[in-house]
Amino acid sequence: MNDLKYFLTALFVMACITYFVRMLPFVIFRKKIKNNFLKSFFYYIPYAVLAAMTIPAILYSTSDIASAAAGLVVALLLAFFERSLLTVAVGACLAAFLVQIIF
Amino acid sequence: MKKSFSKNTDINKGLKDGLPIGLGYFSVSFAFGLSTVTAGFAVWQALIISMTNLTSAGQLAGVTLMAALASFTEIALAQLVINIRYSLMSISLSQKLDSSFTTTDRFFLSAFITDEIFAVASSYPSISRKYMRALAVLPYFGWTLGTLAGAVLGEILPADLVSSLGIAIYGMFIAIIIPPAKKSKAVLGVVLTAATLSSIIYYTPLSKYISPGFSIIICAIAAASLFAVLFPVKDKEECENE
Repeated sequence: MNDLKYFLTALFVMACITYFVRMLPFVIFRKKIKNNFLKSFFYYIPYAVLAAMTIPAILYSTSDIASAAAGLVVALLLAFFERSLLTVAVGACLAAFLVQIIF
Repeated sequence: MKKSFSKNTDINKGLKDGLPIGLGYFSVSFAFGLSTVTAGFAVWQALIISMTNLTSAGQLAGVTLMAALASFTEIALAQLVINIRYSLMSISLSQKLDSSFTTTDRFFLSAFITDEIFAVASSYPSISRKYMRALAVLPYFGWTLGTLAGAVLGEILPADLVSSLGIAIYGMFIAIIIPPAKKSKAVLGVVLTAATLSSIIYYTPLSKYISPGFSIIICAIAAASLFAVLFPVKDKEECENE
């Protein structure tokens, strides 16, 4: 990232938003959210965000689709058997790396 | 619910609770540092992002958007949508703070509310400022040092290996979403809906009009809203998954 002015501005925007979503409720709110829609929405949103960020971007996260697809399959399998975050991540990398070397 | 603890042991207790989180963060931020440098950022840039944000999904989205030279509005909106869950955690934690918490403490310590810190802190009926400060220390250092180590290594390792490491952070996302999706059909539905919408945008001409950042925002809000209407979460279910 060579554009320093852009980087620092973007960094400032990111850090401020991230801080404010944590700070404002911590300083202001004292009551629990009762609205069922909002509660459900907030409960589901992390999964929705992660899924939208992962699919299909994961397929383009390495130098070629074949290795990324191998990594995706291995990650899904390891996650299905509830391995730790690190194990799943390393497994996906290894699968992608092996496919890159072999083909 | 664990028992309340005396003030003298608050610091020890906080450090002890923070240690496993710090170790976990080291490995997660290691992958962040690595993938950030791979995406064309300098080591110091990866480091300063971690030190000022302390959030995994938000940072990755931020880096992805910055690499694409996205507008500041997009970056702000993406952070808002991805990190809005912290607002809920902040609301929840704010009700457990004891009288030792000043307003200044609230301003300062709110910056350290993460999924894991929230999960550990909220297992106590009341939280003191000493405990909260001690709890935040090791995760923060783990997050910072992991980023540094990953970023430095990303500059040293051969290109082939670094390229395959780009998938690491997505591997972690999968590890986060699959286990709860196995247990709850609604979560599975949310995941499949968001992934399908995101793919539709990506593979159709819609991607000409919708940038990656807005795509995440639109897909996530649509999927979460749909399932919040169709399958509202009951209190009990929410507690079990915390």
